[in-house]
Amino acid sequence: MQANVTAAGSGGRSLFERSPLHRLPDRVLQWGLSGLAAFVLILIAYFFVRLIGQSSTAFSHIGVFDYFFRNNWDVAQLQQGGACARGAGPCTLGALALVLGTLITSAIALVIGVPIAVASALYVTELCPRRVRAPLALLVDLLAAVPSVVYGLWGVFVLIPHLKGFQQSLANTFSFLPFVAGQVAGPSYFIGGLILAIMILPIVSAIAREVIATVPQEHKEAALALGATRWEMIRTAVLPYSRAGITGGAMLGLGRAIGETIAVVLVIGNSPTLAHSIFQQGYTLAAVIANEFGEAAATPVYRSALFAAGLALFVLTLFVNIIARRFVVSGDRGRRRAAADVFAPEVVAGTE
Amino acid sequence: MSELVRISARRRRTDAAMRGLLAIATAIALVPLVLVLYYLFHKGLPAWSGNFLTTDPNGNFLGYPGGVRSAILGTLEIIGLATAIAVPLGIGVALYLTEYGKDAKFASVVRYFVDVMTGVPSIVFGLFIYIVLVLGNVGGSGYAAWKGSIAVSLLMLPIVIRSSEVVLLLVPASLREAALALGAPRWRVVVRVVLPTSLSGLVTGALLAVARGAGETAPLLFTAFGAQVLTGNINGPMNALPLQIYQDIQQARTDLNTRAWGAALTLVLMILILYVIARAASRRSRII
Repeated sequence: MQANVTAAGSGGRSLFERSPLHRLPDRVLQWGLSGLAAFVLILIAYFFVRLIGQSSTAFSHIGVFDYFFRNNWDVAQLQQGGACARGAGPCTLGALALVLGTLITSAIALVIGVPIAVASALYVTELCPRRVRAPLALLVDLLAAVPSVVYGLWGVFVLIPHLKGFQQSLANTFSFLPFVAGQVAGPSYFIGGLILAIMILPIVSAIAREVIATVPQEHKEAALALGATRWEMIRTAVLPYSRAGITGGAMLGLGRAIGETIAVVLVIGNSPTLAHSIFQQGYTLAAVIANEFGEAAATPVYRSALFAAGLALFVLTLFVNIIARRFVVSGDRGRRRAAADVFAPEVVAGTE
Repeated sequence: MSELVRISARRRRTDAAMRGLLAIATAIALVPLVLVLYYLFHKGLPAWSGNFLTTDPNGNFLGYPGGVRSAILGTLEIIGLATAIAVPLGIGVALYLTEYGKDAKFASVVRYFVDVMTGVPSIVFGLFIYIVLVLGNVGGSGYAAWKGSIAVSLLMLPIVIRSSEVVLLLVPASLREAALALGAPRWRVVVRVVLPTSLSGLVTGALLAVARGAGETAPLLFTAFGAQVLTGNINGPMNALPLQIYQDIQQARTDLNTRAWGAALTLVLMILILYVIARAASRRSRII
């Protein structure tokens, strides 16, 4: 894509070719921009390495396996300057309750949030009157504009006091299920999951809308022409076609839920012992970092244990996001293939 | 309809029921938005009295606890600096992707990692900056506003890159080719044709990133935390609206909780204004 038109022979320059000096800004821009892109990648890699380095203190004192699979977040031993805190002996710190807390709240968020998000996406794209389509989508998107600290504020002063009775009645009604029965606390895994469900709703809904919008009109019309009702059309034409994309969207929501910090730390109760019901106080990996950071700053092992929680979050969300990309991309490819099968096999085959 | 195709009563009932369910689900999805906005105004407006916008939090145990002036100005400063870092960097990377990288291997690697970066939790960016800049007392101080800005800019960066790339791709290839055919060098095409054409789209993307960054608490908690009064020193701790809200929620004092509501209303209104401007900018766009 050089600007010179003719490649003159080995000797002099052609009439249209620029002198090397004139082409310098071009080179500078090209290499500068490439350098910028490389710089961003190197920066992230550098941060990652430093995070591993800072976490290694905790891992070497506690052991990687023990850290993640022991249910014992007993930080008093660190603060009282025991052998472990001074780095002179082994520690028995374990983050299992935090890891499980993260998984439980995220699971609750998905169970509540994804069906509502997908249903609203279906309604907005397939059922609602054309005029209200854009405003409705905008309103759902606005949920993403509210900062997490504001959701936390709302959760603490509105949701927790108002839902205490509702939580208890849920616990009583479904007491035959595991991890449900018993007394309820105000702040709980459930409230945390509920707030997360609200926060992932706009993301999942937006991706679902995008994916559903790619369903070919012909598929839908074919279903209707065969006598399907609107719902049957959605079930037989829209959902199968967009399943992979919606799954990817849900996974992106999961990644968001795992990493969400401030809203969760405010409403989950921050109790380091593993509760026996989802209606009791808990803790998550992200919440522990935000909540205990101040106390931990002075104790190297303690601080490092929090960095390890951050590392776990980073790796977990990275992993979830990579899988989510796979789904979205394979959904894309699957859709393209489906479209190719139906319409123009040779045309699409030719372009691939 | 039923003259052409006979639909059994059962199927019709299912259809009506499912349509109703989908509509109800959409209504449920909007309930939190309505409730959050209602409570923000209901509890936040009373806090907006007197000197709310003109005084700093004073930390007094009794009496008027002070307003949020330092928090508002701190947010503007921190986010302004973060924008100054993230937007040029992000547009630069997006330009590389659309103008030079295209389908090259390295470009797809960059694209992939930018995508993945979008999903990294904001608290992790805070930890990154804490480890690299705060622990080492870089710049002669531990916590500092500019470190908070860098943490927030890391978070904004993938948003700016993705949105800019989409907009730059919309610039018609014929415009670039026309400029090249007239003999303009590549850099001139970028500066005089590609960027001006996509300007309003770039502005929209940048504003959305700013709106996202402005509400973030977690990255600031580890980088800029620790000041109450107004300060112009970006090499020291600085107050910000999300930090002020986060602190005030955790206090067992009604007047502080009220201040949290007032500050939250201020923050949400600031973000909503950014959204409105962003939408207006995208509407003025020449290419979308």
